[in-house]
Amino acid sequence: MLMTISLLMENKPGALMRVTGLLSQRGYNIESLTVSRTLDPTLSRMTICVDVEPRLRPLLIKQMNRLVNVLQAHDLTEAPAVIREMVLVHVRVSQENRTAILKEAEIFGARVVDSSVGGFALEASGDPEKLEEFIAVMQTYGEIEVTRSGLVAVSLEPRKLKLAPPIPKAHSESEPAHTR
Amino acid sequence: MAQTMSGARILMECLQREGVEVIFGYPGGVTLPLYDAMYEGEIRHILVRHEENACFMASGYARATGKVGVACATSGPGATNLTTGLVDCMMDSIPVVALTGQVSSKLIGSDAFQEADTFGITRSATKHNYLVKDIRDLAAVIHEAFYIASSGRPGPVLVDITKDVLQGQAHYAPVHAIHLPGYKLVTEGHAGQIRRAAQMMWEASRPFVYAGGGIIASGAHEELRELVETLDAPAVLTLMGLGALPAEHPNFISMPGMHGSYAANMGMYECDLLIALGVRFDDRVTGRLASFAPHAKVIHVDIDPAEIGKNRAADLPIVGDAKKVLSRIVKSLKEAAPQMRPLREQDRREWWQQIRAWKEEHPLKPVFSADEIKPQHLMVEIDRLCGGDAIVSVDVGQHQMWAAQFIRFNRPRTWLSSSGLGSMGFGLPAAIGAQVAHPDALVVAVVGDGGFQMAMPEISTMANQGLPVKVVIMNNGYLGMVRQWQDLFYQNRLSAVQIEAFPNIEKLADAYGIKGRIVDKPAELRSALEDAFRHPGPVLLDVRVSPFENVYPMVPAGAAINEMVLAPPKPVEVPA
Ligand SMILES: Cc1ncc(C[n+]2csc(CCOP(=O)(O)OP(=O)(O)O)c2C)c(N)n1
Ligand SMILES: [Mg+2]
Repeated sequence: MLMTISLLMENKPGALMRVTGLLSQRGYNIESLTVSRTLDPTLSRMTICVDVEPRLRPLLIKQMNRLVNVLQAHDLTEAPAVIREMVLVHVRVSQENRTAILKEAEIFGARVVDSSVGGFALEASGDPEKLEEFIAVMQTYGEIEVTRSGLVAVSLEPRKLKLAPPIPKAHSESEPAHTR
Repeated sequence: MAQTMSGARILMECLQREGVEVIFGYPGGVTLPLYDAMYEGEIRHILVRHEENACFMASGYARATGKVGVACATSGPGATNLTTGLVDCMMDSIPVVALTGQVSSKLIGSDAFQEADTFGITRSATKHNYLVKDIRDLAAVIHEAFYIASSGRPGPVLVDITKDVLQGQAHYAPVHAIHLPGYKLVTEGHAGQIRRAAQMMWEASRPFVYAGGGIIASGAHEELRELVETLDAPAVLTLMGLGALPAEHPNFISMPGMHGSYAANMGMYECDLLIALGVRFDDRVTGRLASFAPHAKVIHVDIDPAEIGKNRAADLPIVGDAKKVLSRIVKSLKEAAPQMRPLREQDRREWWQQIRAWKEEHPLKPVFSADEIKPQHLMVEIDRLCGGDAIVSVDVGQHQMWAAQFIRFNRPRTWLSSSGLGSMGFGLPAAIGAQVAHPDALVVAVVGDGGFQMAMPEISTMANQGLPVKVVIMNNGYLGMVRQWQDLFYQNRLSAVQIEAFPNIEKLADAYGIKGRIVDKPAELRSALEDAFRHPGPVLLDVRVSPFENVYPMVPAGAAINEMVLAPPKPVEVPA
């Protein structure tokens, strides 16, 4: 079953590899993954859509939270959240079906971002299921090319971000911090 | 006060601030600047003979002391050679910091000479890893590495440092604080959960303590003893936990699991409250999970939230440091004690009677023979000489299981075993690491004839450093554990398990200038071990044991733990 994970992590080299490595190590297939900077440029927000047995979802979240660079990971699969995706569709058109395609695009709230004699490039965004329908409809007009952005999600639940405080470095050389 | 110094120098300063006494390493092209900084000898460096063993030695050092072990290797092959040791530390939660050299930052990605993607390769072999390409990051990263390795659930951390960073110059000011905002540790344990745990313990009819490596990592052995005594519960210790309770403690049963005792496994199976402390419900312990402790409620204490519910759902989870959590549970139990008697005193008495009956029915019984040395006999003799106080490191195989069954450990950090990874070649280098940490202790490496040969280059390190490790080779002429499985599950079709051309140990020891001896008569075993253990230097002892002995009891893979095979099946009677 598809699981949607939202992850806040430090924007550091290798951080992405740790997350994808955790998934590939367990043989999970990533359906989509998006990552970009947050308001704070030292942090990134990642939305992952991955096929995971429902019973293993909480464990996976804990394993993600265990990564040193991850500040917060949560499972949005069943939580209140807005989940969106964008799709770019290039569809070949003929003189006959031009207007029909434009109408159809309008119904789905898609915009024409490029138009030529041979075809349209359409941009649509929204609920991933809605986009599936849009793509299916476009397919009825002939061969199309599709690029999807992958999911982006925002949680609607207020979540307190708990961070580890700075750790003072012991000064005495005889008593290193790590000895228990 | 800021000073200008080289990256290599900064690294040395940081290591000293971390209290590092010894580095197990092997130099190479890109670590030249680092080895130059070591020239002054502020930190002892032990030159190993293979980097894998540098990591095993650091692991042995860490296991025997609780301090962070440090291993060092050059780029490319040096770093790749470390990986088995890193995974070993990862599986057993051992704090090790590995330092590797990397090609200059300008060359990274160009397939430069001895370039390997160490950062990528060791991602899953470490708790965390770093690639340092900017000298200004170096000091903070080193302190972070030590902190991550040793705190929370300990583990290996690798720091890959480019040659230009080691060579470059920068201002160095001691780091005052490290910032790891995503590294959140929960150590205290939830007060309500702790109270509930105490309550459940009081109420149980058949409580059973299942404790492991987490007790040793947390230094919670005293607290464990107090808990077991306050509750008067029977306790088992996993392969990682041996020594966490004195072996002679009346409540201690033995190790549970695949080669655990009958009483240990039956206790786990029949208990109504399983008190799991610093353990991870490993498949070698649980057998078939679906029928593991089927009647029990589970209290699971672990510092790693991701361990809780991983293999077995916990009825009462407590995330926290075992030492803190256990001392609070004990306090809670003791406070309640005046008003509360165990609710089910009669049940408890019967529970203990049952446990004792199981122990008597099928004790772990050594086998002796007048004609040949039985492997169990060897372990019993080692046990007699060590008296629960020596440091014993083992390799992987049959000898490891017999050692765990028959050698007693009274203190934590005296039993060193590659338990989770089960990596052959561990025993000798781990013993060397422990002997470096405890130069005056009796350190015995009990190894198989197979695993010994994986670690043979380190005889040279041991001889060279004058480390008086006693290497006892349980020589059965076979990759015994694999032979056992071929015997039991593949109609004894022995395929690639016989070790031929084992070297003459007396000559081998002689070649290294140390003491060596072959023992093959049961009557000579005791005195040979005594002589070896009394000898002030390193010793290689080749003990020829019967080749076809199998380890019992045994829970076949995939079986439930109450479905143990207790002894070899009786030979089929052939009618005359
Ligand atoms: C590096 C490595 N390779 C292979 C194995 C698989 N294995 C487990 S036990 C064993 C046999 C070990 O033989 P030996 O060292 O003679 O010990 P014995 O079982 O005879 O006591 C082998 C090959 C392993 N654990 N580690
Ligand atoms: Mg052998």
